[in-house]
Amino acid sequence: MAVTHDLDVASIRADFPILSRRINNSRLVFLDSAASSQKPKSVLEAMDHFYKFSNANVHRGAYTMATEATDLMESARSKVARFIGAPSTDEIIFTKNVTEALNLVARSWGGDNLGPGDAVLVTEMEHHANIVPWHIMADQKGFDLRWIPITENGHLDLSDLDRLLDGVSLVSFTATSNVLGTINPIRHITDAAHAAGALVMVDGAQYVPHLPTDVVELGIDLFAFTGHKMLGPTGIGCLWGKSEVLEAMPPFLGGGEMILDVRKDGFTTNTLPHKFEAGTPPIAEIVGLGAAVDYLDNLGMDNVRAHEVSLTAYALRTLEERFGDSLTIHGPSEPASRGGLLSLDLAGTHPHDVSQVLDQHGICVRAGHHCAKPLMRALGVNATSRASLYVYNDESDVDALADALEAAKDFFAF
Amino acid sequence: MPGLEDLYREIILDHYRSPRNKGELESPPAHRAEGFNPLCGDEIVVYLQVEQGDDGTEMVSDVAIGGQGCSISQASASMMSSAVKGKTLAEIDDITRAFKAMMSIHEHELDGSETESDPAPEVKLGDLEALRGVVKFPVRIKCATLAWNTLAQAVDSDPNAG
Repeated sequence: MAVTHDLDVASIRADFPILSRRINNSRLVFLDSAASSQKPKSVLEAMDHFYKFSNANVHRGAYTMATEATDLMESARSKVARFIGAPSTDEIIFTKNVTEALNLVARSWGGDNLGPGDAVLVTEMEHHANIVPWHIMADQKGFDLRWIPITENGHLDLSDLDRLLDGVSLVSFTATSNVLGTINPIRHITDAAHAAGALVMVDGAQYVPHLPTDVVELGIDLFAFTGHKMLGPTGIGCLWGKSEVLEAMPPFLGGGEMILDVRKDGFTTNTLPHKFEAGTPPIAEIVGLGAAVDYLDNLGMDNVRAHEVSLTAYALRTLEERFGDSLTIHGPSEPASRGGLLSLDLAGTHPHDVSQVLDQHGICVRAGHHCAKPLMRALGVNATSRASLYVYNDESDVDALADALEAAKDFFAF
Repeated sequence: MPGLEDLYREIILDHYRSPRNKGELESPPAHRAEGFNPLCGDEIVVYLQVEQGDDGTEMVSDVAIGGQGCSISQASASMMSSAVKGKTLAEIDDITRAFKAMMSIHEHELDGSETESDPAPEVKLGDLEALRGVVKFPVRIKCATLAWNTLAQAVDSDPNAG
């Protein structure tokens, strides 16, 4: 384990202009970073600077600003590659978000490789983004979708993994559950999948913003994550894949940039990563993502993880002490095996009502099914309130949450 | 900024804690419809026992509400069930239109038709008036109207189908 040092949350908070906002006469307590994080000044300024000084289309012109724009974009790609331990910058495909990355893989790889008699293995804790693209393709191609179930304490039930893997072409699963916070044993599942001859796709949406990531160490084949959950802007995400896997996949969207040549009788695809990047990309957003990576690099991802483990432990302890059995916290109880997002169920209240009361106290949480309806059914609930922690949160935010939950409990008491 | 007391009036909390007409009716013969709010996962099931009087008018002789959801959707369903029980379908249509008008939803927006709709009928909404504050919380309007949309589906449904 790397040596870590504590994050200076007060100085981090000063980097996020939005955090000085007041909501309903209370200080803003932002506990919804799992849905979308806030952005530091450096990200906002990088995007602003791009538009004010270097705005031009990329990979097109020979003039100074076009070259600058291209350099800025490609330097962000290098930062992203290094951030997740990708062996080659060419393996970083910019997408709109994780949803687009998963759809790209389902359509391109799935369209080429799946048919009747084949199977894709997912888990009960997937976000709809890693379910519906497979449903759509299964309807077209006639393959089976199989499911790894969850255990009572919110882990994947891997007891039957070898049987589930038999005949599977691809395993696609989340690194961290967006509802339970569970961090899945990526390497273990990947090794078993590879032994069974299956490819592995991992959804890193809730993982990359919070833990040091090394795609080579994880052993996986395909990986996706999104910028706006890691201090970057919305509209920019990333698909990483091993070169040989991406090379073998047919293009997804057709258009400019993704071709080497176009003739009346056909086209030749461009090399990686351009093959999968048709059309003008969101350049300012890519620049913003690069700045977000710089910010997180500067904090140190080992420190980010240590901060969140310690804050999650404080939250679990505080909520347990103050609410006991009247508050259910879904997912693993050990902070070391989970991320800093807590799905809460306050007895006698509905999550929508709880979030309404919390909003009156300036506290932002997400209420609902979190785009994970198969998981909600497995848990036997319709909705939860989800509080999620990040680098700018500290114990005072957890205390504010507990106070407001107390108020909600009193308000709706029978 | 509207406060919580604008939204959660005491009578709403009372209906939430002690929902009226909670349960099921055998279907058929009862009409049955399920309504979902895809945003939050709330679901409501409306059962209507519809009987025909001697003069041919149809009336709801019994009603039951199933499902689960937030205080606003549950209270609205409970109040709706009390308001429609024993009423003719024509009276129920008037109440529904008056309620939706209170929720700032007009008929032409609902069915997409361009025709001029009649002004909301003069109907006493009683307890339902307590839901007026929901309009100040736009995200919650769908919670309040879920039971009413499901009611309309139940009225239109064929109890003997499927």
